[in-house]
Amino acid sequence: MIHRVVVTGWGVVSSIGHTAAAYWTNLSRGVSGIADATIIPTDQLAQKVVAEVKDFDPHKYFDDRQATTLDRVSQFSVVAAREAIGHANISFGEGLSERTATIIGTGVGGQKTQDESYKRLYQERAKRLHPLTIPKLMVNAPASQVSMHCGLRGPCFAVASACASATHAIGLAFHLVRSGGATCAITGGSDACITFGTMKGWEAMRVMAPDTCRPFSRDRKGMVIGEGAAVIVLESLEHARQRSATILGEIVGFGMSSDASDLLSPDEGGMVRALEGALADGRLSPSEIQYVNAHGTGTAANDETETKAIKRTFGQHAGKLAISSNKSMIGHALGAAGALELVATLMAIQEATVPPTINYLGPDPMCDLDYVPNEARPLPIEAALSNSFAFGGLNAVLAVRRP
Amino acid sequence: MDDVAADVIAIIAKRVPAEKRNVSMTDRLEDIGIDSFGAVEMIFDLEEKFDVQISYNSNDARLDLETVGDVIGAIKNHLAGRL
Repeated sequence: MIHRVVVTGWGVVSSIGHTAAAYWTNLSRGVSGIADATIIPTDQLAQKVVAEVKDFDPHKYFDDRQATTLDRVSQFSVVAAREAIGHANISFGEGLSERTATIIGTGVGGQKTQDESYKRLYQERAKRLHPLTIPKLMVNAPASQVSMHCGLRGPCFAVASACASATHAIGLAFHLVRSGGATCAITGGSDACITFGTMKGWEAMRVMAPDTCRPFSRDRKGMVIGEGAAVIVLESLEHARQRSATILGEIVGFGMSSDASDLLSPDEGGMVRALEGALADGRLSPSEIQYVNAHGTGTAANDETETKAIKRTFGQHAGKLAISSNKSMIGHALGAAGALELVATLMAIQEATVPPTINYLGPDPMCDLDYVPNEARPLPIEAALSNSFAFGGLNAVLAVRRP
Repeated sequence: MDDVAADVIAIIAKRVPAEKRNVSMTDRLEDIGIDSFGAVEMIFDLEEKFDVQISYNSNDARLDLETVGDVIGAIKNHLAGRL
């Protein structure tokens, strides 16, 4: 039996707010979370700006014992999951726990633990590491910790597909609930890789902006690394109705593809196949979409290629779409990006308002669609897409509808 | 050809297809198949070899260094500036 799959809760930890409500307030006002890094030293960094989760105090959410077992990436996922479950007003007793999946995307897992551990070993010549080094840095820790902290005993695993991790995670959770393999799913993504080591790695690729992220704009200079987490509660429509839950949105389609070509350069054909896959899976025609939450990294190559892919997928209708990139405000939260952006897409539907693409200086001739520059726009939305395209040529697109 | 020029040419030649490895000073990087990521790798090799910092963002419209001779000139400027 095929089930309709609805969203009944969401939780967010982001560079522009530690709750979903704060996140939306700032997204819709075009507030930037991008600034000089404070959680790592910047004196040896060529690019010092990041979108970090500011003033995050784990002791506000965890006791001492819990806090030491959790890398920052898992702290984010658990805090976002708790908020989402509270928002959905759902409890996991009477067998529901065993029928609830936990699928959390992350790009690289516990990088803070890894970076600090290796620094101790290589630089400080320490003789031993903390006993929880491995369980804190493992890539499934954000998912496992959510299952433990929230008492979820169904299928639980991590999805790692770089910048598309969260979108792949949510897509798999959607298909699992749709097929009846699970009644509910707690799903999303988390990443916290603003460490000295990873930032030097990004710097070496020469794709980072020195000032800020300007997706689709002329004179854009590249991406800005972000961090955070977003988690949503999915359940079958019947289950949500039975318990009289407030339905926030419906996930209707998921498309994925791989380029099987270049490791780094985006591929229009791969993007189109994922976009068309999401529309087909959701039985949507292109003209039914009003809003596309773009991958929009702010690199020269992504934004031009994504524009071409949207045009090829939507034809004439591309010019009527509102398109925006949250990365202009929250940077690229990597394995969390797809979840933060799907929540933004669902919120845009709920609030009938498209969050803007800020830092927009003016059109680039190669990016000639409507990117909702600099100011939010009121817009009734029936259906929308959220795009994620990852290094390694991995593409994932979710299609959502108004409830 | 001096040592710096020879070293730069060897580094560039490593990044181009075998049939174009006979690199000359006037060759344009684009024409011999140095794409944007090839340029990033080439600059990494040059920085490691000569212990210099070369500012380069692959999002800028085009590489300031157009020809093989430009790269050699830039490295020589960096080395002169360090003395």
